[in-house]
Amino acid sequence: MKTLAKSAARSATKYALGALCGLMLGTASAQAAEGVKLPEQDWSFDGVLGLFDRAQLQRGLQVYREVCAGCHGLRYIAFRNLADLQYNEDQIKAIASEAIIVDGPDDEGEMFEREGRLPDYFPSPFANDKAAAASNNGAVPPDLSLMAKARFGGADYIHALLTGYEEAPADFEVLEGLSYNAYFPGHQIAMAQPLDDDAVEYADGTEASLDQMARDVAAFLTWTAEPKLEARKTAGIWVILFFLFVTGVTYASKKKIWADLHKDDGSKE
Amino acid sequence: MNWKAMISGTVEWIDYRLPIFTFMNHELTEYPTPRNLSYWWNFGSLAGIALVIMIATGIMLAMQYTPHVDHAFDSVERIMRDVNSGWLLRYLHSNGGSFFFIVVYIHILRGLYYGSYKKPREILWILGVVILILMMATAFMGYVLPWGQMSFWAATVITNLFSAVPIIGEAIVTWLWGGFSVDNPTLNRFFALHYLLPFVLVGVIFVHLWALHRFGSNNPLGIDAKGPQDKIPFHPYYTIKDSFGLAVFLVVYLGFVFFAPNYMGHPDNYIPANPLSTPPHIVPEWYFLPYYAILRAIDFNFLWIVPAKLGGVILMFGSIMILFLLPWLDRSPVRSARFRPIYKWFFWLFFLDCLILGWIGANSPDGNFHGIPFLLIGQLATLYYFGHFLVVIPAISLLERPKPLPTSISQPVLQGGGATAGAGAKPMEKA
Repeated sequence: MKTLAKSAARSATKYALGALCGLMLGTASAQAAEGVKLPEQDWSFDGVLGLFDRAQLQRGLQVYREVCAGCHGLRYIAFRNLADLQYNEDQIKAIASEAIIVDGPDDEGEMFEREGRLPDYFPSPFANDKAAAASNNGAVPPDLSLMAKARFGGADYIHALLTGYEEAPADFEVLEGLSYNAYFPGHQIAMAQPLDDDAVEYADGTEASLDQMARDVAAFLTWTAEPKLEARKTAGIWVILFFLFVTGVTYASKKKIWADLHKDDGSKE
Repeated sequence: MNWKAMISGTVEWIDYRLPIFTFMNHELTEYPTPRNLSYWWNFGSLAGIALVIMIATGIMLAMQYTPHVDHAFDSVERIMRDVNSGWLLRYLHSNGGSFFFIVVYIHILRGLYYGSYKKPREILWILGVVILILMMATAFMGYVLPWGQMSFWAATVITNLFSAVPIIGEAIVTWLWGGFSVDNPTLNRFFALHYLLPFVLVGVIFVHLWALHRFGSNNPLGIDAKGPQDKIPFHPYYTIKDSFGLAVFLVVYLGFVFFAPNYMGHPDNYIPANPLSTPPHIVPEWYFLPYYAILRAIDFNFLWIVPAKLGGVILMFGSIMILFLLPWLDRSPVRSARFRPIYKWFFWLFFLDCLILGWIGANSPDGNFHGIPFLLIGQLATLYYFGHFLVVIPAISLLERPKPLPTSISQPVLQGGGATAGAGAKPMEKA
């Protein structure tokens, strides 16, 4: 009867896994239906063990600061968070001090400007959404902190979008003030092509091709969206191994405890 | 002083006045359980544990969360970034919701397959449906709390359903919102109710277990125990079996929490709620997709009396309510589908129908599948859903000729009997 029990257990697990797979397929097809197929890129943070590439995050930050920050905020990131990118305190203080922070009110009741400090968050480029829309042809440039989690495809989408500016097909009419983008939903995007080859000069000497910059800033925005990704994955490995061990122990115990029943049990388990 | 004697003395002192230890021993240790339960019977206790996980993580999240339209989204991001292990709490809670539904749906399907709703377990089943409804309300309101785009628009769509009620519909919606749109009062009351309902759930689950323990679990053969040889004490047999099941569950659940925490969520919920911008496709969480498909299937007025919207709402709520009637719709005296050659096939057809409804719910109704409009597929699947309960099940239960039932759990006829003597005496050696 042992084998019978084993096969019953196996088939139960198989059904459960099958149901789960069905569920996943359902969700996956729902996601695919949302838009154009995105080219899949290789990312250092892919997979169960994948972590961030610190040099890439630093390059991505440089692209953000020199190009994106002109229009896009990063409101959930504080300068102190840059320690995750392996900058030392002096470097972070230097980056922070380049930002102008509106603080106050002071003792006279006036707001004043000062240099950024470690606990400050990245300042938004516009005072409010109205101001942002007024300077951008009516479109508000979205905050980028969570962009990698707020779009299907995440980093792949950001990379595709930044490299997806191209000539519109002959039969496609692009409205005044908009640009054609192969991967933007509806293909007409209010943001003009933000990056081109050598838009920045990388501090680490990496060649700043369009593809490279798009890749780096997509990786950087994955970090801003999910800064605890590394803590999560490294803890996850041990947690899963522990519970696999518990699964083994409880399974062995179960078999031992049930052994005397199965010996003379005619019923199918 | 002998510690052991002191402890047992204290236990006896308490138990004489409040027999809580006797009760626990009776209901959790000795509790006689059919000896032939399969792994499908693990999902009841798993659902209980899932609720405990949800309440524990939920209370800790509530300590850090701010139920205000201006701060809710930011407070969730603060939990994700600055609260110690806040990301873990939140992912345990958000994925926990999905896994609670996975476990409960399997638990319900098991009940459907093995006829666990039949006499004398009708009230047990009805309480289970009440639990499902409470779970759905709780999950819906919990999804609103992060105040992302899908939170806001799901709240708008679902509360607006009540406007379909004739005459007083609009008044009901205003009352639900606490204003003239989904806004801060709505978020506040959803938070209050999301915190309250899980404890109501605990209460109903207690009564569900009370009803369960009256006759004990059904079993894969669906026949009643004939004597002590058919049952074994819950501890250690089912405590260890449930522990093993729990460990497997945790590996899968934590696999999602740690390695694919946003897989079952929608990206739009990482966009702060914006009442001025409607997402192109508003979709509920996956566990509501079948009901959503039923809601959208009705695009026609019924007999010029029931407008399409009201029809959809009635059917959507009806798809759950019909479960209350199931014990009386199924007239077959045989519980387990193992001995019901026709019902067995229709059970799987029903399961497939639920998957199809989920698939349709995830897609925009104006799309099509190889030329067949999604709307039509959704309508046919809805028709079958109700047909299954109202026509198929009553008809089968009258027409079907069940296979011969085994004479007892420990001596199934199909196994040709065999050496079963004394099986009932054995388990006691363990306890």
